Amino acid sequence: MQHLLWLIPAFPFTSAVVLALTGSRFSRRLIAWLGTASIALSALVAILTAAQFLQSPPVGNAWTQHLWVWMDVAGFRPEIAFYFDPVALVMVLVVTFVGFLIHLYSVEYMRDDDGFARFFAYMNLFVAAMLTLVLANNLLLLYLGWEGVGLCSFLLIGFWYREPANVRAANKAFLVTRVGDTAMAIGLFLIATQLQTLDIQELMRRANEQWPIGSGIAIAAAALLLGGAVGKSAQLPLQTWLPDAMAGPTPTSALIHAATMVTAGVYLIARTNALFILAPQVQLAVALIGGATMLLSACSAIAQRDLKRVLAYSTMSQIGYMFLALGLGAWSAALFHFMTHAFFKALLFLAAGVVIQAMHHDQDMFHMGGLRSKLPLAFWSFVIGGSALAGLPLITAGFFSKDLILWQAWAGPNGNGWFWIAGMMGATMTSFYTYRMILLVFYGPEKREISYKPGAAAAIPLCVLCVLSVLGGYVDTPPDFGGVPALSNFLNSVVPPLNEVHVGPITEIITALCASAAFAIGLGFAYFIYAPWRKIVPREDLLLRLWYSGWGVDWLYDHLFAAPFRFVVNRSASDVVDAIYTGLATLADRISLLLRVTQSGRIRLYATGVAAGSIVLFAVILFAR
Amino acid sequence: MLIAFYIAAAVAVLATVVAITRRHAVHALLYLIISLLAVAVVFYVIGAPFLAALELIIYAGAIMVLFLFVVMMLNVGDHAMEVETTWLKPGVWAWPSGLATILFGELIFVTLHVTPTPGALHVVTPKEIGIALFGPYAIAVELASLLLMSGLVGAYHLGRRVSREEERISAGTDAARAEPGGDPVRAGSDRTSHAA
Amino acid sequence: MLNLAVILFALGLIGLLTRRNLIFTLMSVEVMLNAAGLAFVAGSYQWGKPDGQVMFLFILAMAAAEVSVGLALLLQFHRREPTLDSDTASEMKG
Repeated sequence: MQHLLWLIPAFPFTSAVVLALTGSRFSRRLIAWLGTASIALSALVAILTAAQFLQSPPVGNAWTQHLWVWMDVAGFRPEIAFYFDPVALVMVLVVTFVGFLIHLYSVEYMRDDDGFARFFAYMNLFVAAMLTLVLANNLLLLYLGWEGVGLCSFLLIGFWYREPANVRAANKAFLVTRVGDTAMAIGLFLIATQLQTLDIQELMRRANEQWPIGSGIAIAAAALLLGGAVGKSAQLPLQTWLPDAMAGPTPTSALIHAATMVTAGVYLIARTNALFILAPQVQLAVALIGGATMLLSACSAIAQRDLKRVLAYSTMSQIGYMFLALGLGAWSAALFHFMTHAFFKALLFLAAGVVIQAMHHDQDMFHMGGLRSKLPLAFWSFVIGGSALAGLPLITAGFFSKDLILWQAWAGPNGNGWFWIAGMMGATMTSFYTYRMILLVFYGPEKREISYKPGAAAAIPLCVLCVLSVLGGYVDTPPDFGGVPALSNFLNSVVPPLNEVHVGPITEIITALCASAAFAIGLGFAYFIYAPWRKIVPREDLLLRLWYSGWGVDWLYDHLFAAPFRFVVNRSASDVVDAIYTGLATLADRISLLLRVTQSGRIRLYATGVAAGSIVLFAVILFAR
Repeated sequence: MLIAFYIAAAVAVLATVVAITRRHAVHALLYLIISLLAVAVVFYVIGAPFLAALELIIYAGAIMVLFLFVVMMLNVGDHAMEVETTWLKPGVWAWPSGLATILFGELIFVTLHVTPTPGALHVVTPKEIGIALFGPYAIAVELASLLLMSGLVGAYHLGRRVSREEERISAGTDAARAEPGGDPVRAGSDRTSHAA
Repeated sequence: MLNLAVILFALGLIGLLTRRNLIFTLMSVEVMLNAAGLAFVAGSYQWGKPDGQVMFLFILAMAAAEVSVGLALLLQFHRREPTLDSDTASEMKG
């Protein structure tokens, strides 16, 4: 099967090209089939490949498929080659499978949209780019997928481009991630010039040989890659694009948040882990960024009114957890959380899509209420997905993955009490805003008639994701609960294994108990404030307003970067240099007016001029010798 | 011979002066022909009998007849005479005459510096000219034939009557062009009076 | 002899610059060409060589071509504007 690796990104890519070129002439039925089946085939190939991989793990625990040499210039020789190892396996499975479910759901969600073919073309391209990114064996090919993902996110966020706000959101997403991408590109240049290769395995081996731990060059390389990851994964300080990215259609949000785009940063760091181990300072920065993003965006999520923005901030928060785990050196924990997060966040977004459609595309949670009996499927999806997000102990997938991160926050190589406490606070807030959302949307008095009931194409993905959100956690259960860390063991051949360095007052069982307590406290607070019988009014105070605006980062960036730039532009629009050129133009204009008089249109005058000129010339030749 | 030359030269100069000052085109043409005949005599005197013949046949014969044809085709009437009178005020001559005088002075200055060493009169026969023409000047002959060809094509193209459709189109554009300025004839005569 | 050519050339120039009637303009050009030819023939006389006369032949050919094109243009012009005033053709004036 390893020879069929190329089919995994090829299917969605082909479909995207076909749909983009001729999609407008196909019937909706054919478009839906084509768009969905391509991902399904891709998922099928991925599953078969994974099955064979698990049955007979190859030597070196990885398959590489060399397709062709991309370019061969002066020793720089990146290939188009795919690399399939346990990390890629997990990512590919999640991307194709969740991607398939989201596509299936989109068939129903987008059923009345004019841009049906365009939508599926973008979505397929998105998945294809993400698969290229995940399977790439060198950083240059990875960068190709990386940029492809960025392009598709731009296209999809601005999908309804007739609305200026959507276009602004798309531009913002593109420009903000561009900052990170530029850093990453510089990082690639640095690595390529210093290590003479961009092949991921090779460069990590050479880096280990050539760069001492904590050396400046290693720090620079890791920091630049981190810059790229931060931009793509919407972490501090480049997180501002993600909430606005909600402008796109809801399946897009699900795809961006669950399966593709934002997890690219996590994948990049996990993939190039050796570089980060060589630069402990940067790794610590990863943990700090993750922790800070987790807490700050959790606060913002508490204050949101828009259903999708709550989910957006919660995504940032959960990615923050993953970054925390990466920074702590708990590589497999980060990937585990990525997997479970993909399940329950896709579930939440798709269920939110059902709710939003039912509410006539009004996304304000305070306009909703009492939808429990009207939309039972969405309700149960929200309950299961939300509980997984909040970490309902023992049952849901989110609990196990988050518990592993929290435990590593204490016990991991970089762990300490502060990270542990921050993680606990984050867990509490996650629980609070999740149940706040559920209580606001599904309990209380009914406020509006619903206009939509989900059909089969929407129901099937929801049900499958519900099951996965529950069962997904059991692939890696901690020993104290009698489980086996199957996923961690599986991934250990690629990323460094989990270590328990700090043994002390906090044990794993205490962590689990505290996490459960955090969940309970959050739930309790949410119920206390937003209980169904209470009269719920949107509260307004300074702190909430600050949180609502995402800590005012947009405002800050506007004044810090945009305003000085605008100032300079305005200045330079009327500066001295300009005046010189304007003066020149005016002068030329005046002189041309004078010269115009000579163009009288009278041949005799011209002839006189010619004659006089030749006479003068002749005189010069004669007398001026 | 010298006397013949001077007489012919005087006739040529006088005839030319009269030719460029006549108001009637046909009169001017006749004087020009006289001038050309005089020049032909000059040619004959200085030993170029072949050229004298050519001057007569081509210049005075063909080209001037061409002029005459055109003048007759245009059929300018008495009106033209009045117009010419208004155009040819004495003041109009001042500037060109000045310029021409300067040029004349310069050229005379040049000819004074050339020390003329008139050798014996050497009559150049047509045979000599033919040998030179198709010997060292063969390429020039080809070029001249090309020039004549292009002149032929150009004259044919310019002189043909425009087809009805083209006429309509150009009339339309003419009308559009003339609109701001009004009647082109009157526009011309306006300018005439202005110049006067 | 050269002096005669110079005089004729100057006269042609005066005519060219003075006359507004296009027929006279063309005639003046002819006079000037003829004067130039005369200068060549004078050169031929001076050195007793046929080359100057060959040049006169070329000038003759050129004059013929020039006159035919010029007269055709004149006809066309007269067809468009019923006048022969060279100053009328000033549509391109600035």
